[in-house]
Amino acid sequence: MKLDLITSLYVFMLAGFIGFEVIRRVSPLLHTPLMSLTNALDAIAVVGAIILAGEHKTTFATVLGTIAIVSATSNIVGGFLITDRMLKMFKASGPKKS
Amino acid sequence: MMSELPSTQLIEVTYLVASALFILSLKWMSSPATARRGVWAGEVGMLLAIAGTLLHHGIVDYKWLAAALVLGTIIGIPLGKVAMTAVPQRTALSHAFGALCVTLVGTAEFYLRAPAVPKFMMAVLGMEVILGSLTFTGSLMAAGKLQEVLPQRPITYKGQNIVNLMVLAIAVVVAVILVMHPEKIYLYPLIVILPLIFGVLMIIPIGGADMPTVISLLNSYAGLSAAAMGFVLDNKLLIIAGALDGASGFILSVNMSKAMNRSFSNVLFGAFGQEQASAAAGAEARPVKSASPEEAAGILAAANKVVIVPGYGMAVSQAQHKVRELYDALTKRGVDVRFGIHPVAGRMPGHMNVLLAEADIPYDKLMEMDDANGDFAQTDVALVIGANDVTNPAARTDASSPIYGMPILDVDKARTVMVIKRGMSAGFAGIDNPLYYDDKTLMLFGDAKGFVGSIVREISGGGH
Repeated sequence: MKLDLITSLYVFMLAGFIGFEVIRRVSPLLHTPLMSLTNALDAIAVVGAIILAGEHKTTFATVLGTIAIVSATSNIVGGFLITDRMLKMFKASGPKKS
Repeated sequence: MMSELPSTQLIEVTYLVASALFILSLKWMSSPATARRGVWAGEVGMLLAIAGTLLHHGIVDYKWLAAALVLGTIIGIPLGKVAMTAVPQRTALSHAFGALCVTLVGTAEFYLRAPAVPKFMMAVLGMEVILGSLTFTGSLMAAGKLQEVLPQRPITYKGQNIVNLMVLAIAVVVAVILVMHPEKIYLYPLIVILPLIFGVLMIIPIGGADMPTVISLLNSYAGLSAAAMGFVLDNKLLIIAGALDGASGFILSVNMSKAMNRSFSNVLFGAFGQEQASAAAGAEARPVKSASPEEAAGILAAANKVVIVPGYGMAVSQAQHKVRELYDALTKRGVDVRFGIHPVAGRMPGHMNVLLAEADIPYDKLMEMDDANGDFAQTDVALVIGANDVTNPAARTDASSPIYGMPILDVDKARTVMVIKRGMSAGFAGIDNPLYYDDKTLMLFGDAKGFVGSIVREISGGGH
């Protein structure tokens, strides 16, 4: 258990550094879609909710887990949808069609 | 528990692949050319991870899971299809949903494990639940203000920060007590309820112009609470996704606070909207020059280089499509038209870019603040549409101004400045803008959409 904790801390630290380096390079042009995308990715928390609701340990846990799945799933679906819709709109000035 | 079932290993592999895809997804967001591939990578990673999780050997009942996944999808689709102008409130709402998920899972985990909660686990669980709860109500409040179902005016009172911080501090103290004595189960509701209250209190003093910072900060909190949940569940994928989201929100908050010249500690402690010093007192009637749409059209059509500076006012009046017509009309006449975008223009980071992209304006015409500032000296006309404080030269020159030191778009360096504005009221911060009294400034009084429309008619009508 102790070892797992240290491993988790390493993972968190490395992911944090990667996050800084990768996101620093995102053009300010795309900061709104960036936020909706990270929001969708963050909804990966749904996996925790799925296990919680699926294991059916207590009714209380199952109910909370089920609500958690609903809210996370709405973020996944809505987040990816709107990010893609926004990105589709970004066009470079190509040849003029008159 | 430790016997490695094949399904457990398979799940771990799907999580590993999903982690890689998530990182690639953000990497591909670096440029509009690859960004849609990034969404695709994120979607594949997400599907893989969910499919893998459904194989989990402990899952005994799929009925509720299926129902919840379907219901979430039904709610998610309309949230993915909102109008572009509603994106800030949609984003705030999705932060609330994310935080709700994390808080509920944390709460269920606590009651499943209590009273035998190891110290470290209780510490991260406390963090998860505190951050999750305050992000939940804070984001709901922000969404409410942005959607204008709540009063947008910041509400401040004496000792507000002390009251707010006390509420949060008590929650943290209770969490520490729980770490020491997890058997005091009756204390647990406090680390949910107090942060829920704090979330509301935190947003009460926030006004519209602070929203970009607040939304970024809530984004960061949502990510960190998800990462904490990853520690509790010993789920590396969740730690990685939470850390990425937390880093993203953090970088955006720092960007926003820099663009508003607020110290970062000012942002971290949620002490927004402090400088409501009503400096508008000195705004006695000074002469301004105003112009009609015909005159404005004549000047614009005669220019070689025009930089348009959009602000929240453009979004409010839904003028972006008329702005696009103006862009077309001027470009057709050989005028070089570009856009200068301030980082905090609008209600969330990148807000203006999305609105202009929606109106089909090519993204290579959108300049960041530094590039635009390098250009104004060679610009014939700077056309300010619905922006105010971000163009206020007092930020450069007047050390007594509340916005002194804030980076601005130097529109006053252009040969002619035109400002479309409803009237002479001061901006959000209540600060008078000396730009309006400048000799080379022409005020175009009217609604942004209507005024730009009239200019377009003049240019197109007089063009044959």
